[in-house]
Amino acid sequence: MNRAATGGGIRLKGLIIKESKQILRDPSSLAIAFLMPVILLLLFGYGVSLNARHIPIALVADAPDQTSANLFAHFAQSESFVPQHAPDLRTAERWLRERRVDALVHLPADFSRRLQPGSPESAPVQLIVNGVDANQARLIEAYVQAVWGLWLSDHLAARGHRLNRPITLEPRIWFNPELRSRDYLVPGLIAVIMTLIGALLTALVMAREWERGTLEAMMVTPMRVNELILGKLLPYFVLGMGGMALSVAMARWLFEVPFLGSWWLLIVSSAVFLLAALGMGLLISVTARNQFIASLISIIVTFLPAFMLSGFIFDIGSMPPVLQALTHLVAARYFVTLLHTLFLAGDVPGVIWPNLLALAALAVVFLAASRRKIRKSLE
Amino acid sequence: MTKSMSETMTEAMAAAPLLHAEQVSKSFAGMARAALNAVSLCVPAGAVTGLIGPDAAGKTTFMRLCCGLLRPDAGRITVLDRQIGRDDAAIQAEIGYMPQHFGLYEDLTVAENLTLYADLHSVPQAQRPDRFAQLLDMTQLGHFTTRLAGRLSGGMKQKLGLACTLVQPPRLLLLDEPTVGVDPVSRRELWDIVYRLVATDGMGVLLCTAYLDEAERCQQVVLLHEGAVLGSGHPADFTAHLNGRVFGVRGAANQRRALQTQLRQRPEVRDAVIDRDRVRVLLAPNTAPPANAAPPWVPLAPRFEDAFIDRLLEQATQRHPPMQVAARPEPSALAEVITVSNLSRRFGAFVAVDQVSFAVRRGEIFGLLGANGAGKSTTFRMLCGLLPASSGQLSVAGVDLRTAAAQARARIGYMSQKFALYEVLSVEQNLRFFGRAYGLNRQRLRERLDWALNEFGLAPLRQQNAGLLPLGFKQRLAMAAALLHEPDILFLDEPTSGVDPLERRAFWQRIDALANAGVTILITTHFMDEAEYCDRMIILSQGRILIEGSPAEVRAGARRPEQPDPSMEDAFIHWISQPAAPEHAA
Amino acid sequence: MNSLRRIWALAIKEFQALLRDKKSRFVIVVPPVIQLLVFSFAASFDLNHIPLAVYDEDRGSAASSLIARFSGSGHFTLSAPVHNERALQHRIDEAQALMVLHLPADFSRQLHQNGSAPVQLIIDGRNSNTAAIALSYANRIVDQFNTDWAQSHHLPNPPSVLISRAWFNPNLESRWFIVPGVVGLLMLVVVMVVTALSVAREREQGTFDQLLVTPLHPAEILLGKALPGLLIGLFEASLIVLIAVYGFQVPLLGSLTTLYAGIALFLLSATGVGLMISALSATLQQAVLGVFLFLVPAIILSGFATPIANMPPLVQELTLLNPLRYFMVILRGVFLEGAGFNELRNQFWPLAVIGVITLLIAGWLFRHRMN
Repeated sequence: MNRAATGGGIRLKGLIIKESKQILRDPSSLAIAFLMPVILLLLFGYGVSLNARHIPIALVADAPDQTSANLFAHFAQSESFVPQHAPDLRTAERWLRERRVDALVHLPADFSRRLQPGSPESAPVQLIVNGVDANQARLIEAYVQAVWGLWLSDHLAARGHRLNRPITLEPRIWFNPELRSRDYLVPGLIAVIMTLIGALLTALVMAREWERGTLEAMMVTPMRVNELILGKLLPYFVLGMGGMALSVAMARWLFEVPFLGSWWLLIVSSAVFLLAALGMGLLISVTARNQFIASLISIIVTFLPAFMLSGFIFDIGSMPPVLQALTHLVAARYFVTLLHTLFLAGDVPGVIWPNLLALAALAVVFLAASRRKIRKSLE
Repeated sequence: MTKSMSETMTEAMAAAPLLHAEQVSKSFAGMARAALNAVSLCVPAGAVTGLIGPDAAGKTTFMRLCCGLLRPDAGRITVLDRQIGRDDAAIQAEIGYMPQHFGLYEDLTVAENLTLYADLHSVPQAQRPDRFAQLLDMTQLGHFTTRLAGRLSGGMKQKLGLACTLVQPPRLLLLDEPTVGVDPVSRRELWDIVYRLVATDGMGVLLCTAYLDEAERCQQVVLLHEGAVLGSGHPADFTAHLNGRVFGVRGAANQRRALQTQLRQRPEVRDAVIDRDRVRVLLAPNTAPPANAAPPWVPLAPRFEDAFIDRLLEQATQRHPPMQVAARPEPSALAEVITVSNLSRRFGAFVAVDQVSFAVRRGEIFGLLGANGAGKSTTFRMLCGLLPASSGQLSVAGVDLRTAAAQARARIGYMSQKFALYEVLSVEQNLRFFGRAYGLNRQRLRERLDWALNEFGLAPLRQQNAGLLPLGFKQRLAMAAALLHEPDILFLDEPTSGVDPLERRAFWQRIDALANAGVTILITTHFMDEAEYCDRMIILSQGRILIEGSPAEVRAGARRPEQPDPSMEDAFIHWISQPAAPEHAA
Repeated sequence: MNSLRRIWALAIKEFQALLRDKKSRFVIVVPPVIQLLVFSFAASFDLNHIPLAVYDEDRGSAASSLIARFSGSGHFTLSAPVHNERALQHRIDEAQALMVLHLPADFSRQLHQNGSAPVQLIIDGRNSNTAAIALSYANRIVDQFNTDWAQSHHLPNPPSVLISRAWFNPNLESRWFIVPGVVGLLMLVVVMVVTALSVAREREQGTFDQLLVTPLHPAEILLGKALPGLLIGLFEASLIVLIAVYGFQVPLLGSLTTLYAGIALFLLSATGVGLMISALSATLQQAVLGVFLFLVPAIILSGFATPIANMPPLVQELTLLNPLRYFMVILRGVFLEGAGFNELRNQFWPLAVIGVITLLIAGWLFRHRMN
């Protein structure tokens, strides 16, 4: 007689089939899982880059001559700059203020004289950058410095001299020697997109069932709460993994991001991360119990935190300690690290395991909290 | 006969009650009075027990307590020899529960919904083909197994909900208002299914309903009011003491409403309702009908509804005076306020409304009747300008609301089938919003607001969220919102679905007052006794008009040798079950 | 006059529907403020705790002095020294150090004998941006070291020097750049939340029909639904600007009039987009999907974190449709550069155009989605 305990498999199967059919019939779930990653990855993969190129720069010499022309020619040859020659400093400064240029390079009238060998003073090259975007400004400084350095050694070499530097820095950049920002943005972006997908897929589903009254009759069947949750999670999990596979395939073959890690670790990490993301959506759903509130919460708490606090763009180590602690609650943080390492560095146990464990812990917390909130009761 | 029946009942109950509630109490936070107060009752096997009471009596709360969805504050409920709260999963495996809004998955098909519930109840695969065939046959849904549940008519949805509940034959079936919004034909079919199972399988049923004719068929009735049991027993036990207090007064065919109003004014009359060609009058205890009255008062056999009203009016403190409505100015030319000719509406290949023509005169109550899915709501939506017609002409107050200036809509009031006010706003905020939306100025708005809050008894609830009101109050609020701007034309789409009999009486009293003041009213309903209040009506089936006429004419057309004096419900079923006939001359 | 009254009635209703419920009131007001605080502290490209390990095979005084300059710069946190190549590799692989400074065994000898010695810097390039920034810090430290070394050892001056200055943000604090940007992000999110869900919510609850049978004209419904977005946006914008100026000490050099003109135009265009999404969606899930499909690209392609100039030309052209792009320039211009109407006019008019067009489309969709 105790069919209640034994029929778990059949009930679960029934719930999964039901949910899957609903997914297949509602274009918006499929769109979330497949359309969103494609659009967003295409846009960012091609669109976003932190490597500055074609920076408009104003060049102005108070007393134009062969030397200044030589220096400016180096700017014209650089990929990084689009130089514009200004007649005088005031014009150049106006251009900078009007944002026609991002920086100006100014050679004072006595530049050539001071550059002569034996001159006691160094010949100054004045660089003024628009500091509003500090990051970009710093990049421009570095690029200008590189162009200037190249010119200086060329200049000296032509006169049989050598630039004397006590220390020369020889940077060796591992994992991404050319510092291609796409290689690091794309894996990070996958983490952000999967956070959205995971939470969006489940954030509304439970709330929708409450609102439409579909749960009340189902509650009065031998169905267990665990079966209800599993029946919800599994189909969306499969869907989310599908979206993940699509994103990884695009990263690997469309954007040609190298993948050095092992696939099985990627699958395990994605699965654990997805459980955490789906768990968060579920928690939003059961807490709100109403689609409108669930929508509000999911818009506000998913994207921006994943974007800002995951280390995807902004370095976590440089945040104040309180915020660093806060980032431990953001599942995307661990996944960003995992993806960066798996894509660009390979299977590094010391990175993989702590992050995987933290993700698993988050998944357990979210799911357990949801489990506690769903009861077969209307109170 | 009745006596022996109620004796057998007591024996059955003593033998093996399927459900036994003892002194059950339940209250909710924020509610002034307890939802249930020391309620005790038994549900025996092989019988239908009705839990009857007005809105907010605590019926649904009791149902939910019985299936473990809520926990009682005090008392004990034993279901199938197990106590609720101990082993609910085992209980839930053997009972069936059909909530008031059975949440079918609208994006799943009939068969998929059924399979889901079969899975949830772990019905073995081997038994399914037979069981499904049986259920589909019983509910006559066999032809629709691949249709999405969202595309079914209201009646079919309820039958599917019932089929889902019955997929594992339960020993105890809990039905919470299973026939709300269901047309009379489907209603009859639904009850055939339930009673067959009660007779053959010995299933016990606990039923909540607002239809008192359904209550009358129960073997046992428990009357619930404000959370307390007022009485219980066989329905006949309730009516016994009413012998000699119920009369029929026959009036001129088109004067029934006036006669009813007139009779209701008499101090000794407790209740007066229109019943076929006469007005049915219930006298207060220890009063007598007027001697030598003309028209004459004919004694009638009391029915359960009389008893229900009698008992509840004993509880009520005062009677509501008729609503005061400002008379609408006589129109100069437009005698026909609404005209519809050859109106059609197609959704893809499906023809929802097919060449419908009718006209409604000023101050008339015009009924649109029909089975679920006959095209009533579609016609309504076209008239209100919410849906463009595929072909044909329509005019409301001389214009087509879809294309006319927005200002023309200020002349109509609309109450949709589903409660469609803002649930998160308070009663007063809702009214203020609609008042302003209709352009009432500050002074006028204040007057109308006071009027609405008083007339509809909403003043004590003005700060309450509309979504938390009991159904009857929601209906009052919706009507108040529709009347705030004093429209000349009212569109009411199933305004009384699920509303209790007392509330419906008050509702029709208001409608009568409005019609007398010259307001034109177009209404749909599934309560056939309400159709009697209409001046004229049409019955729609599959988008076409089957018959148009006054209630008397509709009934007369259904007269048969075996049914010499059909009720409106009989007549309705007669017309609907006519073989599809070519265009009836209207 | 009557029309205004009706629009106002609808706007009041929208406010009540949003703010009467405790949960939704909370969600609309509290998270944006918290997020401003959190993100403003979190979002910075300035690195101040770069984990640096040193592999010093030389152990001479010049080496120690160079290392001291790294640890004293405020950007680096020195971790335990590394003693062999394998440990070095391990540190970087496991992300325990972002950089390892490697001073070869003959560092001092070369420096003194040849006057020039190489120093290796191994950098974890997984996060290419962080790596580039860290490298630029290191370059600056080494340059300073070279200048000082030349002076103290009486070496001749270099023939030329590069003197760098930054306008508007002399210390290149990226917080000044980020905080006005966060203001834009949060305003966009708030407006989306308020407007994009409003029609879908009514459709799902069945109240939209009831609204349509009132004398409210579709254009009036549109305006009534736009007002709460505008007003709540304005309120939150003021709040956020106050926090940015008094909390984060971001200089507000421009005039408030210019700032508010920008805010108003941005709110108009964001509201237009929100209502467009709203009119298109039949269910809340669709509305939420629409919000994200707009919000995420709008933020990433706004120039908030990555400069638009770095994008390929096609994508740069795409950003011309993005209202946030213009607003970012306005915010940063007004806050940091003291820009006035005239300098920003090329940002103002596209916002106005986007606002008017999206509202018109939303109005058209309103009428045509009614059946």
